[in-house]
Amino acid sequence: MYDFLQYEFIQRALITAVLVSIVCGVVGSYVVIKRIVSLSGAISHAAFGGVGLGYFLTVNPVLAAIPFSIASAMAIGGVEKKVNISADTAMGILWSVGMALGVIFINLTPGYAPDLFSYLFGDILTVTNSDLLIMLTLDLIIITTVYIFRREFLAVSFDEEFSTVVGLPSLPIYMLLLALVALSVVVLMKVVGIILLIALFTIPAAISKQYTHNLTKLMSLATIIGIILASVGIILSYIFNLASGATIVMVLAAAFLISYYLKD
Amino acid sequence: MKAVEFNHVNMKYNEQYVLQDINFSIKEKDFMAIIGPNGGGKSTILKIILGLLTPDDGEVKVFGRDPKHARDLMGYLPQNLSFDPQFPISVYETVLTGRYHGLFKSYKQSDEEAVIQALNDVEMQDFKDRQIGKLSGGQMQRVFIARAIVRNPKLLLMDEPMASIDPDMQSSFYKLMSQLKDEMAIVLVSHDVGAVSTHVDKIACLNRELFYHGPVEDSARGLEEIYHCPIDLISHGIPHRVLREH
Repeated sequence: MYDFLQYEFIQRALITAVLVSIVCGVVGSYVVIKRIVSLSGAISHAAFGGVGLGYFLTVNPVLAAIPFSIASAMAIGGVEKKVNISADTAMGILWSVGMALGVIFINLTPGYAPDLFSYLFGDILTVTNSDLLIMLTLDLIIITTVYIFRREFLAVSFDEEFSTVVGLPSLPIYMLLLALVALSVVVLMKVVGIILLIALFTIPAAISKQYTHNLTKLMSLATIIGIILASVGIILSYIFNLASGATIVMVLAAAFLISYYLKD
Repeated sequence: MKAVEFNHVNMKYNEQYVLQDINFSIKEKDFMAIIGPNGGGKSTILKIILGLLTPDDGEVKVFGRDPKHARDLMGYLPQNLSFDPQFPISVYETVLTGRYHGLFKSYKQSDEEAVIQALNDVEMQDFKDRQIGKLSGGQMQRVFIARAIVRNPKLLLMDEPMASIDPDMQSSFYKLMSQLKDEMAIVLVSHDVGAVSTHVDKIACLNRELFYHGPVEDSARGLEEIYHCPIDLISHGIPHRVLREH
């Protein structure tokens, strides 16, 4: 019985670590080099509205979070580019409005919301098989999109204005990138939690950025580092009976400090 | 056909005129400098030509077309690009973005050749695999010039090209410009009058309004009006130096 549990735990932990790390390596690299870390943080918090909506409609909150986080990504991106409001202010507003909506939806839902805490702070033990299936699908969508639009994403991340001048549809491409951030948030949500996921999103890419100046290599390296660190975090959280999200974040933070120390 | 034509162009920002009743034209293969103080609207004019900004009224034509539809004929060197110094892009890849063809279209062999040629033109071929952040300011500026000319544009627009070029490189910069001006019209923007050399055919002085627009020799009066102080313009033939009297 114990052996079986351990076997299934390890297997699930590894699958989860891989699925989670791919989006962190690929989309996280863009987030770090395009300097949209806070914007991604806002998208992830706003996604909580989708979780609440899922409870309210009694569908899988992970599924409900997909359209919701994409919509909030589009709102943040659109406001930032089109309206005369500073991006900073727009992010702050959508950040809290998304979370407020989530709380209200949960209030309106009769009964108790059992896994609520896990969406906020992450709990690997609550990841169901259908969650894994959703994560796998989103991973495939993200990788395919990045492969198709790799030239555009690189150009827009480096210099949006120049990209427009050479005829690249910069704004739609930027919005597509934000949509990928939104999908990544959904992939990471249950493992690390909405509040903590920005660390997993950025740290593997930030570490890897010190060792390569090729984007493909950066993405691969960040993915591998992510898999190792997330697995370590998941296993430690199991051994010490801690929340997976917080443990993964602490492992990442330690690795980040060590990598900077080693580099100097 | 005129490379650029401005007819009664007005542009406001926060209810303030940035550009007021601007009229001028640039012929093909002209080499023109727009000078004037910071905040005088120089970058705004370049962005209007590029179709990145739309004026409030007036008419702008670039090679007889709407600016947005003439972008394939233009090369652009922006002012102080800000990016992550560890940004994972090489010199080669940076210049290659200047050859972008459109969605789902990969770069071709001819694009690779054009990149190498452009890097040769700015004497940066030995740095092609270097990460962009690991270059000096002047080297970086040369790479961005390569990125601007890699499409063989008919109109090259440069925003403060001298800003990060060290004095040693100024002469090689103007040598490059004199080669390029046989193939394309060039418009450069500068707040530093002294940097504008004999290579320029025309000078426009801009401080919200266009004060003067014509050959270099006669532009001293325009400069005076902009800076509101007497100016000595040493005559044509030796590099121009403008000295303010105190």
